[in-house]
Amino acid sequence: MRRLISALLLSAVAVLPALATARAADKVKVGFLSTLSGPGGALGVDMRDALLLAVKLNGGKLGGLPAEVNVVDDQQKPDVAREAIERFTKRDNVDLITGMVFSNVLLPVMPAILNTGTIYLSTNTGPEDYAGEKCNPNFFAVAWQNEDIPGAMGEVMNQRGLKNVYLIAPNYPGGRETLAGFKRFYKGKIADEVYVKLGQLDFAAEIANIRAAKPDAVFFFLPGGMGINFVKQYVAAGADKDAKLFTPGFSADEDTIKAVGEPMIGILNTSQWAADLDNPANKKFVAEFQKEYGRPPTMYASQAYDVALLVDAAVKQIGGKVEDKEALRKALTEAKFDATRGKFRFNKNNFPIQDYYLREVYKDAGGRITNKTIGKVFSDFQDVHAEKCKMK
Amino acid sequence: MPPSLIAEQLLNGLQLGLMLFLLAAGLTLVFGIMDTINLAHGSLYMIGAYIAASVIEASGSFLLGIAAAIAGTALVGVALEMALLRRLYRRSHLSQVLATFAVILIANEIVRMIWGSQPILLNMPPALSGPVELLGLRYPAYRLVVIGVGLATAVLLYLLVARTRAGMWVRAGASDREMAEVMGVDTRRLFTLVFAIGAALAAVAGALLGPLLAVQVGMGENVLILAFVVITIGGIGSIRGALLASLLVGLVDTAGRAFLPYLFRQMFPAVIAAEAGPAVASMLIYVLMAAVLYFRPTGLFPARG
Repeated sequence: MRRLISALLLSAVAVLPALATARAADKVKVGFLSTLSGPGGALGVDMRDALLLAVKLNGGKLGGLPAEVNVVDDQQKPDVAREAIERFTKRDNVDLITGMVFSNVLLPVMPAILNTGTIYLSTNTGPEDYAGEKCNPNFFAVAWQNEDIPGAMGEVMNQRGLKNVYLIAPNYPGGRETLAGFKRFYKGKIADEVYVKLGQLDFAAEIANIRAAKPDAVFFFLPGGMGINFVKQYVAAGADKDAKLFTPGFSADEDTIKAVGEPMIGILNTSQWAADLDNPANKKFVAEFQKEYGRPPTMYASQAYDVALLVDAAVKQIGGKVEDKEALRKALTEAKFDATRGKFRFNKNNFPIQDYYLREVYKDAGGRITNKTIGKVFSDFQDVHAEKCKMK
Repeated sequence: MPPSLIAEQLLNGLQLGLMLFLLAAGLTLVFGIMDTINLAHGSLYMIGAYIAASVIEASGSFLLGIAAAIAGTALVGVALEMALLRRLYRRSHLSQVLATFAVILIANEIVRMIWGSQPILLNMPPALSGPVELLGLRYPAYRLVVIGVGLATAVLLYLLVARTRAGMWVRAGASDREMAEVMGVDTRRLFTLVFAIGAALAAVAGALLGPLLAVQVGMGENVLILAFVVITIGGIGSIRGALLASLLVGLVDTAGRAFLPYLFRQMFPAVIAAEAGPAVASMLIYVLMAAVLYFRPTGLFPARG
C-alpha cells in the first residue's frame, strides 16, 4: 500500500511541472538573482534598478508579454544562490535567470541552472569555464568575457610606455582571469602579482609593499567596496604620487567616484560602455536612469539594461512564445536590438563581439566628477576562448 | 627588503593589533569574570560603527561621532546585560552560545531595517586623509591616530584594572568569582559595569575602523573570530594576555600578508607560490594559536591559577 502511494506521489510530482509548462505563455517570468547586500551590494542594486527601469519604460512588458521579475539577494554566497535557483527552476518555473555579479557565486550554481534547460543571461561575469570547450547553448554572457576589459587595459599600458607594472586582484576565478587577460596583452615587466582575499577591506600591508616595489604604475582589479577602500587608502598613504592607478572600468565608475571623490580624477580605465557614448539607446538610458533614481548609471547598470533590451527583442521576434525554448535561444543568439554600448553581437560561444573604450575620470564643466571616453582600444573584439567552442 | 618597509609593516601590524585588543578586552573580561560566552560582542562593535557613522554624517564632527558611539553602545550593552545575559550566567555554555547567536541575527536584522543593507562608506576626516612624514617614511595620518587612540585606551584600561577599586573587583572576579562574592563584592553591579566597558571599547574600535573598512551588516562576525583567537592565545580573563596576544596576532597577520608571498616565491615555482602564498598567509594566525595552545594549553597569561 505504502509503495502504491509513493508511486502515485512520484508520478504526480513528475506530471505537475509538465502541466505547468503546458499552459500558453501569458507572461515572461524572469528570475533576477544578484548580490544586493554587503561590500559588493551596490553592483547588484544598480543592475536590479536598471533592469526594472527597462521593464517600466516598456510599459511593464518584455517582448509584448507582461514581465514578472522575481528579485532575490544572493548575499554573495553560493549556498544562498543555490536555494534561490531551486525555487526559480522548480517552483516558479521561470523562463530566464539573470543577474549574478560574482563568478565565485555563479560557477558553483550554474550546473543547477543549465541542467534544467533554463536559459541564463549573465549581466556581469563571463567566466572562461563557459567561453571555451564547455560553452553552453543556455549560457549567454551579455557583458563581456572576464579577460576582455583587463586585456584592453594591458594594451593601453603598452601604448603609454609603462614598463614595470604592479598587479593586484582578489583570489577568486574572476580575479585570476582578470590578471591573466591583462598579461595576455601587456608586454612589459611585472613588478609583482598579488592576490588578496575576496572581500578584504584593509590594504595597509599591500600598499606598503607596492610602494617598496617602486613600480611605474599599478593595475588593480578590486570589485565593489574593495576598490573604493583601496583607492582611498592608497591616496591616504601618499602612494599615488609615485605610481598612478589603472583599473578595469568597474573600480572607476560612478559608485566608486561617489564614495572616493577628488582622488579619482585622472584614473584611466577601460570599459565596453561609457555614459557619453553617442547613440539613441544610450542617451535614453542615461537620462531615464538619472531621472528615476537621482544618480548616474554605472556600467553594471548598462549591462543589466542591455539584458532587458535583448530579452525584449528576442521575445518579440518569436511572437511571445517563450515556452518554445529552442526558438527563444535562437532569437537570443541573433540579438537584434540596439544596445546602450552600441555595436553588439554574439560570438559562436554566446559571448559578445564588441568594442572596448578607454575612459578617464575628470571633472566636467559643472564640477561633477565623472568619466569621459578618450579613445577606442579594441574594435569588434572577440575573446580568445571562443575558438575552442564547438557550438555554431 | 628595505628597513622602511619593515618599519611600515610593523606600524600596520601594531594598528591591527590595537584594534583587536579593543575588541578582545571586553570579550576576555566577560568570558573570564562571568564565565559567559558572548558571541554578540561583534554586534556591539557593529552597532558602535553604525552610531558613529550616522552621527558623523549628520554632524560632520568625527569626535562627536566617537563620543556618541561610546555612550550609545555602552547603553545598548547595559540593556543587553540586564535583559538577557544576566539570565544566562548560571546556564551552560551551550545555552549562552545559542542565546547570544540569536542576538547576532536579531541585531543584524535590526541594523538592516534601520540603515539598510548597503554598506555606509565613511570618509576619513579631511585633515587626516593624507600621509605624514615620519622619519623619512610616509604613513597615513589616520592610521597613526588610530594607533595613538588604541595605545591611550590600552593604558587607560590598564590603569583602571590595576589601580582602581573597581579594577580590583574585576581582577578578583576573574581569578575566583565565588571567593570575591563571599568577600562582599557586588558581582551583579560589577558584571553590568564590565559589560558596559566591554561594549564601549568595542564601539571605539568600530568607530575608528569605520573609515578604513566599511560600516556594514555582519561586519562583527569576521572580527569576532579574530577576537576569540586573541583571547584564547592570551589566556581567558587576562587583560595583559589580551594585549600581548592582540599585538602578536596583528603582527603575524600583517607579516604573513606582506612577506609570506615574497618568501614563497624564493622557495617555490611562481604558480605554486601564487596559489599557496595567500592561502598560508590567511591561516597563519590559526597556526600561531595552535602552537601557543600546544605549549600553554590555557594561553599565555591565564587569569585563573
